[in-house]
Amino acid sequence: MKLSVWTYEGPPHVGAMRVATAMKGLHYVLHAPQGDTYADLLFTMIERRDRRPPVTYTTFQARDLGADTANLFKTACREAYERFEPEAIIVGASCTAELIQDDPGGMADTMGLPVPVIPLELPSYQRKENFGADETFFQIVRALSRPMERTARVTCNLIGPTALGFRHRDDITELTGLLLEMGVEVNVVAPYGATPGDITKLGSAHFNVLMYPETGEAACRWMERELGQPFTKTVPIGVGATRDFLREVSEIAGKPAKIDETRLRLPWYSASVDSTYLTGKRVFLFGDGTHVASAARIARDEMGFEVVGLGCYNREQARMIRSLAKDFGVDALITDDYLDVEASIEALAPEMILGTQMERHIGKRLGIPCAVISAPVHVQDFPARYSPQMGIEGANVIFDTWVHPLVMGLEEHLLHMFREDFEFHDDAGASHHGSKAVASSESTEATTRAATETPTPGNVSEMGEVIWLADAERELKRVPFFVRGKARRNTEAFAAERGLGEISVDTLYEAKAHFAR
Amino acid sequence: MNAPLSKASGCRDVPLLKERGQREVFCGLTAIVWLHRKMQDAFFLVVGSRTCAHLLQSAAGVMIFAEPRFGTAILEETDLAGMADAQAELDREVEKLLSRRPDIKRLFLVGSCPSEVIKLDLEKAAERLSGKYAPRVNVVNFSGSGIETTFTEGEDACLAAIVPDLPETDERQLIVAGALPDVVEDQMLGLLKALGIGPITVLPTTNADEPVAVGANTVFALSQPFLGETHAALTRRGARHIAAPFPFGEEGTTAWLRAIAHEFGVSEEVFDRVTAAPRDRARRAVRQASDPLQGKSVFLFPDSQLEIPLARFLTRECGMDALEVGQPYVHRDVVGPDIELIPDGPVFSEGQDVDKQLERARTSRADLTVCGLGLANPLEAEGLTTKWAIELVFTPIHFYEQAGDLAGLFARPLRRRALLKMDAPEGSLADLRGADT
Ligand code: SF4
Ligand code: SF4
Repeated sequence: MKLSVWTYEGPPHVGAMRVATAMKGLHYVLHAPQGDTYADLLFTMIERRDRRPPVTYTTFQARDLGADTANLFKTACREAYERFEPEAIIVGASCTAELIQDDPGGMADTMGLPVPVIPLELPSYQRKENFGADETFFQIVRALSRPMERTARVTCNLIGPTALGFRHRDDITELTGLLLEMGVEVNVVAPYGATPGDITKLGSAHFNVLMYPETGEAACRWMERELGQPFTKTVPIGVGATRDFLREVSEIAGKPAKIDETRLRLPWYSASVDSTYLTGKRVFLFGDGTHVASAARIARDEMGFEVVGLGCYNREQARMIRSLAKDFGVDALITDDYLDVEASIEALAPEMILGTQMERHIGKRLGIPCAVISAPVHVQDFPARYSPQMGIEGANVIFDTWVHPLVMGLEEHLLHMFREDFEFHDDAGASHHGSKAVASSESTEATTRAATETPTPGNVSEMGEVIWLADAERELKRVPFFVRGKARRNTEAFAAERGLGEISVDTLYEAKAHFAR
Repeated sequence: MNAPLSKASGCRDVPLLKERGQREVFCGLTAIVWLHRKMQDAFFLVVGSRTCAHLLQSAAGVMIFAEPRFGTAILEETDLAGMADAQAELDREVEKLLSRRPDIKRLFLVGSCPSEVIKLDLEKAAERLSGKYAPRVNVVNFSGSGIETTFTEGEDACLAAIVPDLPETDERQLIVAGALPDVVEDQMLGLLKALGIGPITVLPTTNADEPVAVGANTVFALSQPFLGETHAALTRRGARHIAAPFPFGEEGTTAWLRAIAHEFGVSEEVFDRVTAAPRDRARRAVRQASDPLQGKSVFLFPDSQLEIPLARFLTRECGMDALEVGQPYVHRDVVGPDIELIPDGPVFSEGQDVDKQLERARTSRADLTVCGLGLANPLEAEGLTTKWAIELVFTPIHFYEQAGDLAGLFARPLRRRALLKMDAPEGSLADLRGADT
């Protein structure tokens, strides 16, 4: 038993729903109690889908237990077939149905339905949503696809995009265009938009592009083995990764790597002088393994940030993330406990978080700007505009998205110069965020305090050993808010290193000189 | 006193269309989302699965609160295989929780489908833990599982679990059961006190130390129509129910107050003096807000069990025509007075077979369809105008001062549809294209 407050991933059957909902002509009969139908709203509300997910729930109740839950399942299955006339059906159990052991797969098998019925075994008490999606798609591919003649022209399949994925819709468009420029056509995109009929044609592609290892790796490995299709290992998020990806494709496809970079703006935007202020920004990264790994490379090599911590919530990627963290010289945080992530961010005090919707809320609470780079998603992660993460436009989008929460370059200097100015105090916020400035009362407060207080010891530092003297504390408050956390940490580290018990104004400035670069 | 309300069908025995099939409703765990806000020193510990945790998170609109006063003790393989003693595991989690949260005075152990299927005895656990943590923390259990409860029935199960522990009293008093937003509760208490009625206590209380007792001289009113079990539990304790229509809209609020006033022998003159001004305000507000609703038809999917009282409000006070009124369950003792007032015509359905019901909704094409979040966008995409039902349980809608807002909630989707004008008038698109080339 483990107490959980907020979760990064839903149960595995929600992963199966992400596959079923992404596809067409497939129906999912799920043995589950009524409350589990909440999952529909993830798709209809968060993703604004205009159709119900193709899921029939048996919605058994207590009075059915032991009596005829099995029949309930069969009826639901038959009625779903008659009503929706799918090309194929997947059947499975949610956490509760797993306990009553009705064996949906076995039952559906005996019903003689005239379409393929694919049973899913998703261990609800061990695994989670991403596994559920990966396994479901793998089972569908295994059941429906066969080795077949390759297409005459060089083609590939795009594997992994699902419903409720982070920017999957637009990544498909971007990648399709990139590949076409190289003369590689897309054979099938799956599961997103594919029918069971399309799945049977996967084998005619020359290779697979694994877009999201979280949801497509098991299928790609199987296709490599059984259909002889190699698959790409680079996820093309970021400038460097996109170029690497195209080189990889070029090797597999035997075509020269071509890329039209006229649309690509990230490199110049990052090099232009306004971006100088991005240098060495301390960032913390958290999300699914794939997006975190991509973001880490962009952060360091393309934005000039300093990565101070990174981690992922999906254990399937723990090994990859651990070795990545080693490269970056930081500790990997592998956890699905949101409180651990919050504690880690608090301890590291980054200047920016690149995370999920969860970290966005942590950031709000700690006053740290945050940009979202990964699922779990919220309604705002499905923007109306074209907004991919992959390829060239993806890199442009990422530059904008990451810079947006930060105070703009020139503005940062102005804030510093005029920091005593009543309009430029901390609560004023960045002008481009449209927040109304609140008049400061701090200066008057500070004067009265200075007049009445003798310099008594101020606050105990976060590390516990060092004491901030009141005047040093006051001086710290005059450091602009977006570098104050850094100043505090540096000063405390400096004091601790020297075994100082107190921090005075002098200590503060000595530390500043010490850390100056 | 008592100018009798003009009756419509006058019959609470209307036939019900009973449906059994796929239900598209939340389970009772969802009620925790509002109960934990109402009961400020309570923690709701669901003993369940990752699905339960995910439901709570999705229903709560994703992590709005730093460390909320609810959580899920997720059962793991070892708990199921009997390798770990689930009761001991639970003790350990509760110990950790209570040491981290000294502000917690009431702990609810909430059963889920998995805990009930494996027959994890939460009643035993609650007894043991109560003994251990008394008097600091009182531990109570109830079921919010989807195999036992539907959506708002979670609140019913919670309140019904509190009732047996209430101390006994012989005092003549009124209990009002049902979790209301504080501002609404204060309005209600203000009105009842102005009528000279008292003492009054409400269930649930904001804090554990507010005294509520019950006994043979207690009468009770329900402010929410989904409290069937609570009704039964209070009755078992000797209390007597004051049946009335529910306090939605001007008419409902007046009828509800009047039933209580009658019980306490309040004179007609006092009743009029206290209610005249807010009644008038409410009537004006409803008249104004309900303008887009007049003469329009409405189809209500089963969701929160507020459907019957709301259908009464919509048909009688907003001039709507109800086509179908669905409810997960119909407790005639509780909603009978509302049913009696609804004009003849609508189909009353109990339970659900969602695909069949969707077909009826598509056939009848009501001007407004009230349904859950899973159905709203798909129906909008088919050209129907919808109102999400869940907003009705998260928004203050009871009593006089909210009557106008309640009508406004239903009117907004219709007003919006009327506002949006994006279809080019016939022929003009072709003209535009023609001009382009
Ligand atoms: S229906 Fe049952 S298993 Fe599903 S969320 Fe509700 S209590 Fe948990
Ligand atoms: S803050 Fe987050 S959870 Fe709250 S409404 Fe906005 S997106 Fe939703």
